[in-house]
Amino acid sequence: MLVLTADQLAAAVALIELDGIARRLILGTPDLSAEHVGSVVAQGGVDAVVLDQALAGFEDLGAAERILCRVDIAPAGDVALDRCDTEWVLLTSGTTGAPKMISHSLASLAAPIKPGQNQGADIVWATFYDIRRYGGLQIFLRAMLGRGSMVLSSSAEPPGDYLVRLGQRGVTHISGTPSHWRRAVMSPSAHAISPRYVRLSGEIADQAILNTLRAFYPNAGVGHAFASTEAGVGFEVNDGLEGFPASMVGAPGDVEIKVEDGSLRLRSARTATRYVGGEGAALTAADGFVDTGDIVERRGDRYYFLGRRSGVINIGGLKVYPEEVEAVINRHPAVRMSVVRSRRSPITGALVVADVVLKEERDGDVKREILQICHENLAPHKVPATVRFVPALDVAAAGKLARRDA
Amino acid sequence: MSIKSTVISEIQQIAGEKKKTLPALTDDLVLLESGLDSLGIAILVARLEEVLGLDPFTESDDIAYPVTLGDFITIYENAAKSRDVDSGKTR
Repeated sequence: MLVLTADQLAAAVALIELDGIARRLILGTPDLSAEHVGSVVAQGGVDAVVLDQALAGFEDLGAAERILCRVDIAPAGDVALDRCDTEWVLLTSGTTGAPKMISHSLASLAAPIKPGQNQGADIVWATFYDIRRYGGLQIFLRAMLGRGSMVLSSSAEPPGDYLVRLGQRGVTHISGTPSHWRRAVMSPSAHAISPRYVRLSGEIADQAILNTLRAFYPNAGVGHAFASTEAGVGFEVNDGLEGFPASMVGAPGDVEIKVEDGSLRLRSARTATRYVGGEGAALTAADGFVDTGDIVERRGDRYYFLGRRSGVINIGGLKVYPEEVEAVINRHPAVRMSVVRSRRSPITGALVVADVVLKEERDGDVKREILQICHENLAPHKVPATVRFVPALDVAAAGKLARRDA
Repeated sequence: MSIKSTVISEIQQIAGEKKKTLPALTDDLVLLESGLDSLGIAILVARLEEVLGLDPFTESDDIAYPVTLGDFITIYENAAKSRDVDSGKTR
């Protein structure tokens, strides 16, 4: 089953009802384009698609059956159903723009949730994430499995209005990326909430945002977590400092942490098992560790995150593959080649910037035309913030573009 | 060009690229209601670093994140002032 709703509440209802019933549940993200739905349906072996009213007209579903999900869904009485262990499949962006499908189970998704911790009816969760992404799903499962409550976000709602609504609903535990939180503290409604727990994940949490949140919400515990869809939740850091203590590496526990070739690697019951479809690329190494691709550096008794090995750019928690953006830029007839890289941003963690080599001197406003092609073909966070013309690009020995982040 | 007019002209430029219409850019305008979302503000900060050579948000771990356009401009004006003072000292 592919759950593909515009509304998060409809998705939440569908997930609750279908776990244990469907053989496989694929969580369609709100940015899943019509172009890629067909490949998800085909590769994911989808028999039926759960849609809500807003997406009822969705066309490219292949042979899959359509099921309309309404929020006011009612129990159907006693229906004999075979229960099964449902495979949960999350989507993340891939190199070409087509999503990668990552296979979890409810057990692996719920493994980071400690029984008795942050549970109970007095806890009201909220997240700036969408619950169909790993970070948001963690919060949804904490709320549901812990018998708490949860206030969902809506993509159309201005951030300030959401904060006011969270305040009115007495939200106690809130999670988001550092970029979400920077946006929150730039809102006049930042003091509409008074959380007991503030959680950051999905991006590098820098000291500035940790300090700011501690000052804004003096009654809250402020913690940052390392998690990825593939590796699951690695660890949580609650000492108010960026990075993580070096003592965590190699220490016994639910999650084993090691650093090899500069990157962080994790092994635990929380990791995904495999990619669905695709070319059968292995998700874990032979020893069971997942290479997160996040480069860390030890300074004193702490490790600090430096960025990503593969050149993947993380914009406010959303991944951007440089290759996808380069392919769009290279469609401009005047472009010989381009390299897209990351530039640090104090607001969104990173920004996409492009260096472009032109075939020849060109009249007209090529820069504006390139940006226009990007705006027309890419999600807003993938459009380069700056385009720079350069005489040549570094090409590494293997003939591949040398990727180097600013 | 003053810091203020540089900031305003960059905001207009970015809004133009994103085909967003801007409200009146007054000092008490809430930055996130200016038509720029946080991605737009991130682009603004990056372009201002190129134009002004200043990034007041990266220079310290103790940042006052701006709420209004006036706050934002003041942060840049103060950063420019303290840079001028610093360069005066070393001269």
